[in-house]
Amino acid sequence: MSGNALEVRQLEVRYGPVRAAIKIDLDVAPGSVTTLLGANGAGKTSTVMAVAGARRIAGGSVSIFGKDMTGASAEDIVRAGVAIAPEGRRIFGSLSVEENLRLAGSVLEDAQLAGEKSAAMMQRFPVLGERRRQLAGLLSGGEQQMLAVARALMSQPRLLLMDEPSLGLAPQMVDQIFAIIEELRQEGISILLVEQNAALALDVADHAVVLANGEVAAAGAPADLKNDSLLHAAYLAA
Amino acid sequence: MELFIQQTVNAISLGGVYAMLALGLAIVFSIVRLINFAHGEIMTFGAYGIFLALAFGLPPAAALLFGLAAAVVMALAMERTAFRAMRGADVVSLLITSFAVSEILKVLFQNGISPRPVPITFPPAWSGAYEVGGITIGVVPTVSIMVTFTALMGLSFILRRTVAGMAMRAAAEDIEMLRLLGIRANRVVAVSFALSGLLAGIAAVIWTAQRGSVDPLMGFFPVLKAFIATVLGGLGSLGGAVLGGFVVGMLEVLAQAFLPDSLAPYRDAIVLAAVIAALLMRPDGLLPAASAHRS
Ligand SMILES: Nc1ncnc2c1ncn2[C@@H]1O[C@H](COP(=O)(O)OP(=O)(O)O)[C@@H](O)[C@H]1O
Ligand SMILES: [Mg+2]
Repeated sequence: MSGNALEVRQLEVRYGPVRAAIKIDLDVAPGSVTTLLGANGAGKTSTVMAVAGARRIAGGSVSIFGKDMTGASAEDIVRAGVAIAPEGRRIFGSLSVEENLRLAGSVLEDAQLAGEKSAAMMQRFPVLGERRRQLAGLLSGGEQQMLAVARALMSQPRLLLMDEPSLGLAPQMVDQIFAIIEELRQEGISILLVEQNAALALDVADHAVVLANGEVAAAGAPADLKNDSLLHAAYLAA
Repeated sequence: MELFIQQTVNAISLGGVYAMLALGLAIVFSIVRLINFAHGEIMTFGAYGIFLALAFGLPPAAALLFGLAAAVVMALAMERTAFRAMRGADVVSLLITSFAVSEILKVLFQNGISPRPVPITFPPAWSGAYEVGGITIGVVPTVSIMVTFTALMGLSFILRRTVAGMAMRAAAEDIEMLRLLGIRANRVVAVSFALSGLLAGIAAVIWTAQRGSVDPLMGFFPVLKAFIATVLGGLGSLGGAVLGGFVVGMLEVLAQAFLPDSLAPYRDAIVLAAVIAALLMRPDGLLPAASAHRS
């Protein structure tokens, strides 16, 4: 068994002639946070969605907790211990908050456990508890992001993919989201965090990868990348 | 007064059939964006199921259940063989596929069973009438109404309260997200087809109980009306489909009962004109599908 939660090697994703991800190498060590940075259109979402099984992989490999999952279906990748809080949150707006959680818990195939998890989520995110019967589409952006994270946690993932969780949120909400990321890491969940907010992401991450035009432009320790002013000017000035 | 009450019963009964067919179309459309022109053949197949079961000597009640099962199996078979391979194709390709399925099945019915109507005879006791306050009302339309409302309430319960129902509502919004949660999309789609087949089967039972025969084209007109109902109610809206079904059924019965004979040939035209007028006022339908709240 290889030690990494996620190992992406030479990953390629294409949309017709557009090469969105080109020979990407990326690791998430167990219990750590890797952040994937880069300007708009750099290929971050394509990479993450390919890992989640929602984009066709045109080349390279994806291995999750030592198991080769290249080309596996999204459904099977969840069963390998992966969950995603996707770009744009994509909560089910016509379902209530509680239904969003219950639905996500159904993959546990243990109604009692799912119920307990859902109750625990509503304790952990009190806004969700207060609004459990409301349609999720009526929540504020920040609350929807909380719901997206809570929903992802319902399947008890060991690797969490988060695609721009802070996008469009008020500063206070952004802080809350990053506090949650820190908590989840403490609990031992491995995280791949896509962000445009490089400063905050580099603070929380153990490892950072920067994409530009679909390729890895830099990778290394957050502290090093933070101090690289050239890199900052070129790719991270979002 | 008697005529009015009898016609009201007929209108609700016919509207209920359209409502169930329209709901079946809407459930499938909301999830896979397929306007299933072969839905009528699911209904016809269910009716042939009843015919064959009776021909093989099954008791009437068992024959009805067999017909329901036949409709469900046909709906699942269609999904598996024709539509699954087309998943994600554009609406027009899906529509053409469903046309092809519909034509193939009609030819099979014509050549495999009979191009002419074959009789379906239920016990005479089933087709009696009863009297309430001096007004005679048929047993079949009354039972039809009860069955329809039970089916609609059952479906509403499934959609609102069960995980399978939540998954179907969620799939209508964002089926890829459902897969990203680990929920097997193929299963959700199959369940939606099975439910739509079950509703078409119930419609087939009511239709044949009232008409006493089945022919290869049996499903065409009721499903055509059901299409009109889904558009009237708001394409993809489940509540709208049910409402549209009842409205179309009532308009049709009212037109039939109360229009002068000289206008009789224009009955369908008048019903359609009323539908078009309604759509001019509410282009998205009576109860439009809720748009996905994505920000
Ligand atoms: N569904 C799609 N079809 C075609 N091109 C796409 C699609 N999604 C993304 N792209 C293109 O792929 C490139 C990378 O996009 P994306 O992965 O969304 O980047 P990021 O998440 O870093 O903003 C962009 O050029 C974008 O226009
Ligand atoms: Mg993106």
